[in-house]
Amino acid sequence: MVAIPKESWSGKIKEIAFGATDDEGGTRDKKLLLGGETTLPFLAFEGKVSRPAIGMEVIDHVGDDYPHIIIDEIGDVIKDPVAWARACVDVYGADFICLKLLSTNPEEANVSAEDAASLVSTVLAQVKAPLIIQGSGDYEKDARVMELCGDAAKGERCLLARAEQDSYKSIAVAATANGHDVVAFSNIDVNIAKQLNIMLTEFGVPVDHIVSDPLMAGIGFGMEYAYSAMERIKLAGLVGDKMLQSPMIADISVAWSAKEAYRVDAKLGDERERAVFWEVGSALAALMAGANALILRHPKSVAITRQVVDELMG
Amino acid sequence: MPMTALDIFKLLAKKNCGECGVPTCLAFAMMLANKQTELTKCPYVSPEAVQQLESSASPPMRTVTVGDLEIGGETELFRHEKKFFNQTAYAVVIEDNSDNESIAERAKKLDAMKYERIGIISGVDLIAIKSKGDAQRFSEVVTLVKENSGLPFVLMSDDPQVVEAGLKVVSKAKPLIYAGNVNNCAALAKLAWQYACPLALYSDDVDELVSLSEIAKSERADDVVLDLNLGAKPLRDALEWLTILRRLSVKKLFRPLGYPVMLNMDNGADVETQAIRATLGTLKYASLIIFGDLDAARLYPLTTLRTNIFTDPQALIQVNPGLYDIGKPDRNSPVIVTSNFSLTYFTVASDIEASKVPARLLVVDTEGLSVMTAFAADKFTPEIIAQALKEYKVAEKVDHRKLIIPGMIAMLKMKLEELTGWEVIVGVKDSSALPKYLRELASG
Ligand code: B12
Ligand code: SF4
Repeated sequence: MVAIPKESWSGKIKEIAFGATDDEGGTRDKKLLLGGETTLPFLAFEGKVSRPAIGMEVIDHVGDDYPHIIIDEIGDVIKDPVAWARACVDVYGADFICLKLLSTNPEEANVSAEDAASLVSTVLAQVKAPLIIQGSGDYEKDARVMELCGDAAKGERCLLARAEQDSYKSIAVAATANGHDVVAFSNIDVNIAKQLNIMLTEFGVPVDHIVSDPLMAGIGFGMEYAYSAMERIKLAGLVGDKMLQSPMIADISVAWSAKEAYRVDAKLGDERERAVFWEVGSALAALMAGANALILRHPKSVAITRQVVDELMG
Repeated sequence: MPMTALDIFKLLAKKNCGECGVPTCLAFAMMLANKQTELTKCPYVSPEAVQQLESSASPPMRTVTVGDLEIGGETELFRHEKKFFNQTAYAVVIEDNSDNESIAERAKKLDAMKYERIGIISGVDLIAIKSKGDAQRFSEVVTLVKENSGLPFVLMSDDPQVVEAGLKVVSKAKPLIYAGNVNNCAALAKLAWQYACPLALYSDDVDELVSLSEIAKSERADDVVLDLNLGAKPLRDALEWLTILRRLSVKKLFRPLGYPVMLNMDNGADVETQAIRATLGTLKYASLIIFGDLDAARLYPLTTLRTNIFTDPQALIQVNPGLYDIGKPDRNSPVIVTSNFSLTYFTVASDIEASKVPARLLVVDTEGLSVMTAFAADKFTPEIIAQALKEYKVAEKVDHRKLIIPGMIAMLKMKLEELTGWEVIVGVKDSSALPKYLRELASG
């Protein structure tokens, strides 16, 4: 008989609660548990595995550069972030929503933090899934946006995104003040991912409130770097590095930055099917590298990826 | 486990005579452990020692050659530990009971399913010809496929007579014989040895697969590929077994399973289901995948993902910096700046080509980083661009003094103008908008 080689890791990935139900003072209809596994993805024969959550992106205002393939699929509701978020949960079965407040960017529409917070309130009132609130990436503006949105979402245990090496303090305050979780964003760099976790915890964010985003890159757009960075983070956590044991989130919407994913070109096959598969392939790579939560764009990618996760969980 | 210097030392003659070129047996053992010398340099090793040392020196997973493709030969579980060596090969099935015309057509089509991307051509690698049981027909179809495609083969039949009929036609092309099972293993292994071709072994059970591997070895069929029916098992089991088999070969050095592993998905699943399993197989440890069918909309993302995963993590893929002609530029053609990361270079160059506007592309040495990454890492500064402008003597080749830079690095404009005296034009952000942009620019 062949002896089956099993790994028993000394470390364990932290289990982070995302979303609060009414017994915890929130109004979400479910709470997601991210992470908590004791081995590599889906290897249930040797340890505890955890089901990755599949969320969808919602943008406060969809610009002209947004892929038409997605606009066509989702339809008119895409013009209204609340209706769009509702469709993601009710029609497409998303586990959570990632609301990207891109129009707050001073270089774009410069929507006020107050308006952003009121959008967050409306989404929370009308859509009951756990919510990621993501700023525009403008450090100064995000500080204010996160403060107000964090307040507006008090008690809901949202994920506030994204704390970076140079700008983590304001978002950390916004999160801890209202019991939210923080997305710690690093740039395909294991050392920075670790450093950021150290800084956040030293600043007072409890470890069980941090989710790492080591930056996923889509197929053909630097995926190999992101894949290995995530895999290394997961392995380091399993070996016992406490500062690399946060569950990881991967924003797969980056798959759409490769134009070849959906360029019209008969030789490359139907562009709609190709685009979906580009996103699914990027999602599967993130899952194999250890992602505990995915943010997807296309409803079909969500359906296919969920099916694969079901089969992998057995 | 590979042997340590001390393990090796115990097997040596301990004469310390120095005939091997180093003064002591221990020094020689250390060099052997580091692969800096060869065992044959010592005249005094016993035959038993030779045997032990050689088997520990043989690679954990054999590299198997099918046609001109190498598969297997992997040494790692994770690509960052070193790299993955031989990319997963993709085969697609042709059945021999179709009519000749459609077989020829399909062979041609599969042969043409390849794409050039960032200077790499990638696509379907092999054709798997599947027999319905008639040796005469099989041999005809193998001939027909050979005439219509240059791809290497997998010969699919359980019947040694059928396989041999195929081998008679194409053994020189080193096809993979698929597959030896409990009933036919010895017979197919004999053929594999006789025709010097690789042999796949099939079983649903790992212990049985070990016995098959031992039978093949005793018949001197050395080039083996393993099929544990993972193309059909539930996904979760497939992933677990792919992991277990890889660990057994590279970590445990378990010889009977020290071979590349394959998936056969010729089982009626739809194209999407096959492509998903193939994606997981490419990421995790399959060296060869047989598809029942495959379309371009899945193959193109899949081959791109494959290229990513099998890229050497230690080497940035880059092109030489310099001034490149796109089309046939004259002294008035635009000069366009970009980075020397391969992906960036090929993307931008093909977008310029698509514009049909001849141009000169100034590829700056960003040490293989993309535009944004290089910018963030201070490898794409006005100084570095100015230096490239001088170094590649751009001013001698054009009459105008205009430079188009990527839209992403618009903030460099002022400083760059100051440094060079050239007018700096900020281009679009994404080069896919370049064709339109350049045409408009050219028409004034
Ligand atoms: C893969 C990647 C890496 C890889 C590097 C791969 C490589 N060879 O470059 C690694 C892991 C090494 C890396 C490192 C870093 N990265 Co990085 N990385 C990426 C990632 C995911 C993809 C980059 C890529 O491959 N792009 C594809 C190529 C084709 O794009 P491109 O070169 O920009 O070309 C496009 C356009 O610029 C335009 N274009 C190009 N030339 C021209 C010319 C003209 C005339 C025109 C008009 C247009 C044009 O068209 C092209 C196609 O769209 C991006 C995020 C993303 N999704 O884009 C981050 C990103 C570029 N990285 C970033 C950062 C900050 C870094 C680091 C500084 C972080 C760190 N850890 O220290 C380091 C720096 C490197 C170092 N110190 O060595 C940031 C940059 C932020 C900013 N605004 O400056 C990004 C945007 C991620 C982010 N969102 O924060 N990175
Ligand atoms: S030749 Fe052989 S016996 Fe002599 S020193 Fe070298 S290893 Fe030892």
